[in-house]
Amino acid sequence: MKRQAYKVLPGPEGLLPPPASIMGVRLPDEGEGLLHGDIVSEEEAMEGAAMALLTRKNPTLFPGPLMIWGWTEHTREKAPPFFEIAHEIPGVRIIPMPDYRPIYPKIDPEAVINPCHPNLTIWHNKIEACIFVGVHCHFANVTLKMIRAGTNCFTIALCAEAGHEDAMASVPNVGADKLRKFAEVLRRLKREGVKPLYEGHGIIPSGWAQQAHLTGADIEQPREEVHVGDGHALGHELERGLDENEE
Amino acid sequence: MSLETIRVSPGFENYLPQEYYDLVRDSQFTKPRKVSEMGSFKEVIEEHPMCAGCAMTLFIRTMYVALPSVENTVFIGTAGCGRLVLTQGAAPFIYGNYGDTNAVASGLKRGLGIRFQDTPKDVIVAAGDGGLADIGFSMVMHSWFRKEKFTTVMLDNEVYGNTGGQESGMTQKGMVLKMAPNGKKFEKMDMIGLAKTAGVAYIARVVPTNPARVASAIQKAVLIAREIGPTYVQAYTSCNIEYAIPTPKVMDDAREVEKARYGFQEYFTDEAKEYWTRIESEKRQVKGPATEEE
Repeated sequence: MKRQAYKVLPGPEGLLPPPASIMGVRLPDEGEGLLHGDIVSEEEAMEGAAMALLTRKNPTLFPGPLMIWGWTEHTREKAPPFFEIAHEIPGVRIIPMPDYRPIYPKIDPEAVINPCHPNLTIWHNKIEACIFVGVHCHFANVTLKMIRAGTNCFTIALCAEAGHEDAMASVPNVGADKLRKFAEVLRRLKREGVKPLYEGHGIIPSGWAQQAHLTGADIEQPREEVHVGDGHALGHELERGLDENEE
Repeated sequence: MSLETIRVSPGFENYLPQEYYDLVRDSQFTKPRKVSEMGSFKEVIEEHPMCAGCAMTLFIRTMYVALPSVENTVFIGTAGCGRLVLTQGAAPFIYGNYGDTNAVASGLKRGLGIRFQDTPKDVIVAAGDGGLADIGFSMVMHSWFRKEKFTTVMLDNEVYGNTGGQESGMTQKGMVLKMAPNGKKFEKMDMIGLAKTAGVAYIARVVPTNPARVASAIQKAVLIAREIGPTYVQAYTSCNIEYAIPTPKVMDDAREVEKARYGFQEYFTDEAKEYWTRIESEKRQVKGPATEEE
């Protein structure tokens, strides 16, 4: 393992975090991966990513255009192992990034993530672990930095090319085989005793599919921590953050 | 840049946002559409951040529907109101720097021609009067003189609407605007005349009062640009904010302007006319008599 002084950790790191590459983080070679900016083995990077997905709140998969649109054999063959991964993560959502058009005047953060303001989708859904897969590298680079700047989300980039320094975990040259390998890592961790944060199975649908009940999911969410009042009227709410979605 | 790009990977159908789901199932990507069908299928653009009642948006919607092959079309625009719609359309868009749209389009068209020799790729510059007649004037003229095979569409709102109402070269003489309080001192530029001088193959001046005519002009411009040479469509697309046109009166204004000074004009070079006549004749042989929208 090659240790870096600069750590790529879940944020929020502030308005303008430096690009990890400027801070000395280099891209992994084949067989390697990145975990928090350190070059590690591919297996170790996948384990770190899998642990985050199983144990952090609201794990979400963000498939990009190179995954959603079946315009080459390469994209089509990656679809089944993508869903294999999804089914190994209890409580997972799938929120697509179908293209890179700016979405104005209003984004539906439950249905879509947009590279121009990915933080809106992360904030709205309180996502603390996510995978980017099938997103073109130049947009992934921008998006990952924005997420690190403004959210506490653990980002994972399963990249078909060279990997991404600005993700907390990243594996390069990811095709269908490596996606299957990642699903196996998820299964192994659970066999070895890692207890997922959520129980149950299925993919929590998003957007219109959620309203139409087109994909079933039987997920039990963990109970929110309840703080006992300490004499300050709003102290507990401010500590855990106000729920902007509360009606 | 082909219909393959909107073929959904297996299993993702239920995860597409509604807009994309509609686009895949019922849009002009799935079968050719007519202007008269607008509103009954998923269009290339629907939601946008333009001002209420904006005539430019109506024109751009119509332009999208008229495209002979939307999946093989690339738009180039620049700063200005129009790109707020064009960037959100489901057609590839490249943001040219202010002034260089027609230079970018020249390189792009040539590059696409080399890369895709068996499939015609249409390039359309769609920008405002400021982008084309003022800041981009040099690049526009030179692309025309070089006979570059792409279409230039001017969204002529006769003002810099996006930056608070400065006069442009296409503003009418004497017009008083927020940022031109003494009134414009020079005549509106004659871009149609300049296009003729430069040898542009097809030129049209339109107002979006008649969507079928707009569609016809765009189709001619795109198809003639594929085979013959540069084409130019100049569309009056009023800025109801800077010209203080009440939203419900936008089309009334368009009709008045069309009647007074911006009437429909169409110009073909001999070569373009011959080509278009042949196309029309072939269409008639295939489909029978032409309809209003053809």
